Amino acid sequence: MNGLTLRNIFFDEKIRSILIQAFVVGLIGVGIYSLIQTTSYNLDKRGIDTGFEFLKNPAGYDISLTLIPYTNTDTHLQAYFVGLINTLLIAVTGCFVATIIGFTIGIIRLSTNWLFRNFAYAYVEATRNVPILLHIIFWYTVLLELPKIKEAANFLKFFFLSNRGVYSPALILQDGMGIVFIFIIFSIVFAIIFNIWAKKKQESTGVQLPVFLINSGVIIFLPIIVFIALGMPLLWDHPVLKGFNFKGGMVIRPEFVAMLLGLGIYTGSYIAEIVRSGIISVSKGQREAASALGLKKNIVMKLVIIPQALRVIIPPLTNQYLNLTKNSSLGIAIGYADLVHGFGGISLNITGQAIEIMAMVMATYLTISLTISLFMNLYNKSVQFKGNT
Amino acid sequence: MKYIKSLMVALTVVLFTSASFADTLNDVKARGMLKCGSNTGLVGFAAPDDAGVWKGVDVDVCRAVAAAVFGDANAMEVVPTTSKARFTVLQSGEIDMLARNTTWTFSRDVDLGLEFVGVNYYDGQGFLVPASLGVSSALDLDGASVCIQVGTTTELNLADFFRMHKMEYESIPVETNDEADAAFLAGRCDVYTTDQSGLYAQRSTYPNPDDWVVLPEIISKEPLGPSVRHGDSKWADVVRWSLNTMIIAEEMGITSANVDSHLSSDNPSILRLLGKEGAYGAMLGVNNDFGYQIIKQVGNYGESFERNIGLSTPMAIARGVNSMWTKGGLIYAPPFR
Repeated sequence: MNGLTLRNIFFDEKIRSILIQAFVVGLIGVGIYSLIQTTSYNLDKRGIDTGFEFLKNPAGYDISLTLIPYTNTDTHLQAYFVGLINTLLIAVTGCFVATIIGFTIGIIRLSTNWLFRNFAYAYVEATRNVPILLHIIFWYTVLLELPKIKEAANFLKFFFLSNRGVYSPALILQDGMGIVFIFIIFSIVFAIIFNIWAKKKQESTGVQLPVFLINSGVIIFLPIIVFIALGMPLLWDHPVLKGFNFKGGMVIRPEFVAMLLGLGIYTGSYIAEIVRSGIISVSKGQREAASALGLKKNIVMKLVIIPQALRVIIPPLTNQYLNLTKNSSLGIAIGYADLVHGFGGISLNITGQAIEIMAMVMATYLTISLTISLFMNLYNKSVQFKGNT
Repeated sequence: MKYIKSLMVALTVVLFTSASFADTLNDVKARGMLKCGSNTGLVGFAAPDDAGVWKGVDVDVCRAVAAAVFGDANAMEVVPTTSKARFTVLQSGEIDMLARNTTWTFSRDVDLGLEFVGVNYYDGQGFLVPASLGVSSALDLDGASVCIQVGTTTELNLADFFRMHKMEYESIPVETNDEADAAFLAGRCDVYTTDQSGLYAQRSTYPNPDDWVVLPEIISKEPLGPSVRHGDSKWADVVRWSLNTMIIAEEMGITSANVDSHLSSDNPSILRLLGKEGAYGAMLGVNNDFGYQIIKQVGNYGESFERNIGLSTPMAIARGVNSMWTKGGLIYAPPFR
């Protein structure tokens, strides 16, 4: 009305909110800038070297659990990768165990059997109300009560159980195993193609082939036949008690098992609740309508209930996977050699590069979490309703 | 708006005040109390007793510095620090000095911005094993599982030792003493390794100390000493000469019990130490009788040793290399003049 006077600009709601927001953003920017300045000034003043040069220096310490080659003469960078892989190992296996426990208990929670239902209820309430750290320490303490190494319990002849872990024979690959692996890959590829073909056939003719039976037969038996035909190119390396410890074979250490049990059981109880709520969220009418069409009970579950329940389950399930991954850093309490324990702990202490190392560890967890989110979101999209909107 | 304003002021203060510290001695005097970083609990070195009073040879260094600055050994507070956080806590100015069984090494002295002012205990990394294991030398440990408390030079020495002797081992690094202890007692590992002093301390807490053996080998040099922030030589001098005073007092045979009788000594070097002659306190920026106060309230080095970790204590550590230089040990201080 009055044109663009200064007064009008100031009292214009839109412009004013932009101004305020710009001011706040600027303030945060100045804050971060001065934080960085202060830090680097102080580091400089205290004579602490900064930068990532230390990554090239030899780490000098040993790590027991290594899935990639590592000795104490390797660099801190290599120690970082060892830790990263150990973190991923516990995260992936933990999510797997938690999912299995969660889905089993979640479905049992809805069972019509009073005993089963209430057992699952008790499990969920008892585990999810205890802090995760206590779960881990509890399982570690339990595992430490297993027989001592000299009195290791022998079971199934080749396996030994002690408080230093489960020792089992290890496989040593011989010449010819490569061919077997090629056949394994070949049979999996075959199974995928057959699956697509069978689906097309069902869509065009309505004939259902026993896809699962044929595929599992091919995947299991084809490599076994090749394996036997090549004269079984495998050797077993048996663990033998020599001196202080078992030599040879493989070992699954109590630190790993305690982490797996702690994380799996704790997160599993949350997933159980998520699964239960997902199944309940599918309205009763859906089940009744599917039954009215004459579908069998397991087909109803597979084609009607689960796909709809997944829409509700996936987002909070993603959250639980993220939590589990982050909680795996608690391995430090029992000496599980993950990223925080090795690189974020021992390397940090040796080099003193706290800021650089912590930044790296944080960025790594962020990357892992975002990757999990990305894949879960993609999966979530694939199970959402695809209708005309 | 008012809140935002005060928030901003607070933010600015937080961001910029941490940037400035230089004269620790003045800061300590102004505060009226010394903040001394030490262990979270290592019997004999720094641990609270039944009454909650911190005791130990490291704590005695803190007390000596407090006695030098304030004339009151109790004008200090022990700040327990973990092995991982100790340097950061010192660098950030949260504590004035660190007396926490910390090994003086090149990289800590040069690269971490610390200034070690002396050595109050010559230690070395050793091994503790159950007597039932039947091991008499660390060279018999091939293939053993070893419990380590992380955050020290321990991992590096251990790796070097086993590598040098072409032996294998399984390392089980644990975060704190208590957890490493639990794992060791449960038989998760055959050997527990840390500085020998720590092993003696650990063993003294076990139900049957005689069932455990500290192996004779020492695989590293671990001179433990107090440290301060780099670049504040004035404050470093105060801490250094507080420790030296305790050592010189033992050398001269002055104890907390007989210090008063030495005030009228004929020996000029004793009179200098007790502040009766010269202006050494003033040079250091503290009271002239700081030497007297340290000896009177804390005692000399030997007294502190015997009281906290000596043969009459559960720790039962012999003086060994920690004897006075006059008795074939390594404990030595430059002359007080």
